[in-house]
Amino acid sequence: MRNPLSEKIVTIPPSGIRKFFDIVSEMKDAISLGVGEPDFDTPWHIREEGIYSLEKGRTFYTANAGLRDLRVEIHNYLKRKYEVSYHQDKEIMVTVGGSEAIDIAMRAMLDPGDEVLVPQPSFVSYVPCAVLAGGVAVPIELEEKDEFRLTPEKLLEKITPKTKLLVMPFPNNPTGAVMRREHLLEIARIVEEHDLFVLSDEIYSELTYGGEAHVSIASLPGMKERTVLINGFSKAFAMTGWRLGYACAPEVILKQMLKIHQFAIMCAPTTSQYAAIDAMKNSDDDVDHMRESYDQRRRYLLHAFEEMRLECFEPMGAFYTFPSIKRFGMTSDEFANRLLQEEKVAVVPGTAFGDSGEGYLRVSYAYSLKSLKEALGRIERFVNRLDGK
Amino acid sequence: MREKILAVIEKNSRIDIRDLAILLGESEVAVANEIAEMEREHIICGYHTLINWENTSEEKVIALIEVKVTPQRGMGFDKIAERIYQYSEVNAVYLMSGAYDFTVILEGKSMRQVAQFVSDKLSPLESVLSTATHFVLKKYKDHGTVLCDEFQDERMLITP
Repeated sequence: MRNPLSEKIVTIPPSGIRKFFDIVSEMKDAISLGVGEPDFDTPWHIREEGIYSLEKGRTFYTANAGLRDLRVEIHNYLKRKYEVSYHQDKEIMVTVGGSEAIDIAMRAMLDPGDEVLVPQPSFVSYVPCAVLAGGVAVPIELEEKDEFRLTPEKLLEKITPKTKLLVMPFPNNPTGAVMRREHLLEIARIVEEHDLFVLSDEIYSELTYGGEAHVSIASLPGMKERTVLINGFSKAFAMTGWRLGYACAPEVILKQMLKIHQFAIMCAPTTSQYAAIDAMKNSDDDVDHMRESYDQRRRYLLHAFEEMRLECFEPMGAFYTFPSIKRFGMTSDEFANRLLQEEKVAVVPGTAFGDSGEGYLRVSYAYSLKSLKEALGRIERFVNRLDGK
Repeated sequence: MREKILAVIEKNSRIDIRDLAILLGESEVAVANEIAEMEREHIICGYHTLINWENTSEEKVIALIEVKVTPQRGMGFDKIAERIYQYSEVNAVYLMSGAYDFTVILEGKSMRQVAQFVSDKLSPLESVLSTATHFVLKKYKDHGTVLCDEFQDERMLITP
């Protein structure tokens, strides 16, 4: 029999998270600080809208780009929150999670050999999606000394004549890093000078701490026409299982993304779209409440790390901490595996998010205080043992 | 800081001052002082335990009584309320807008005991015009906490 597989897919390694997940799943009674999703249920008023839409029999396809009412709400929301204006009929589409948007944006924009700059550590999808789209993924290794921000120097270093697209994964999973307006301005200037495009994944935009709100790079002068803005409902509204996101882009790009979406997906789930309309309109209080709750637990985790002398830079976004384990002379994989075997606590090795995650762990704080306490107690015991205490 | 302290301890009054201080990014002393101050100001009026009596062997009956009254000269609603809330079996008294004046929540060992309270003590009060007693059959949610089901984390252990 002939080889049934494509060479391209076979060369892509499976997600590092997947590998670890398999080990963890076999372990009973492990406590996990390894999830990448909120611990809140979707607010009831949103769920209710989904139920209501089912009761009303709204079980048909929607327009390829998504319900118009939802696109209007997305338009209003982005304008209200991030001062960026997209046309509801030409520049906004609803996708199956932010993940689909990443995939189709790459496929719509890349030709074979085009280089995609991927700052890392970052979400696991960018590199494989770039490769599947025929592009060449070029990692940019972010560093803790820069608070895991993308600096102009690091960006310039990796730009070649073949560079076409820059991924901007901020607020960042797994580091919790954010980019402030002044940092984005520097990046935007380089993007314009080198005639690049930006894929800005802002899925954690609602979750920033310390009072400074998220700034979308698309809102900077001259950037809207160069940016595909990706966002979604999973993190802000605790709607991961609804699988709903959206992409906003100039019409020339969005039109082609929509074409792929039309053939591959048809439309995002109808029930989720109806629920999402309510999420956009009526959830400010819920989001504030969740943000405050994450912020409290963020402080709690950082404080605990400090006490056990686990070095950790202060994350200002998302719901992850990214402590350094370099002083123990172990790889992230070794540390995470031993922590799991010896204390039954699951965290994700930083290397799951790129080579520059070596020496770090992703520890999520989307857990109840009680679970955090129990897990932190075990981590402390483990660290003390390593320290010979 | 007050609102944030209250929001946390409203849900969990047993939290350590130390933990609370860490969560809020404040010093322990500042948090302790703020709580003491709020106790003095009667913003914090007590620390109670939310008990689901249904899961104990204790027999308890809870009744919600609508009370209509006529306030008399020199004796407004507050005075009448006082005559009602002084009874130890009365759990809560609220002044209401709408069709009746007070909601009285009463806890007794049996329906008979509650009925006796209404007929012997509440109704004979001079200002009381009428009462309507409703017995609670089941508590689903109380003080913002769902009593009837247990929380389970159904998320996968590791996700990207």
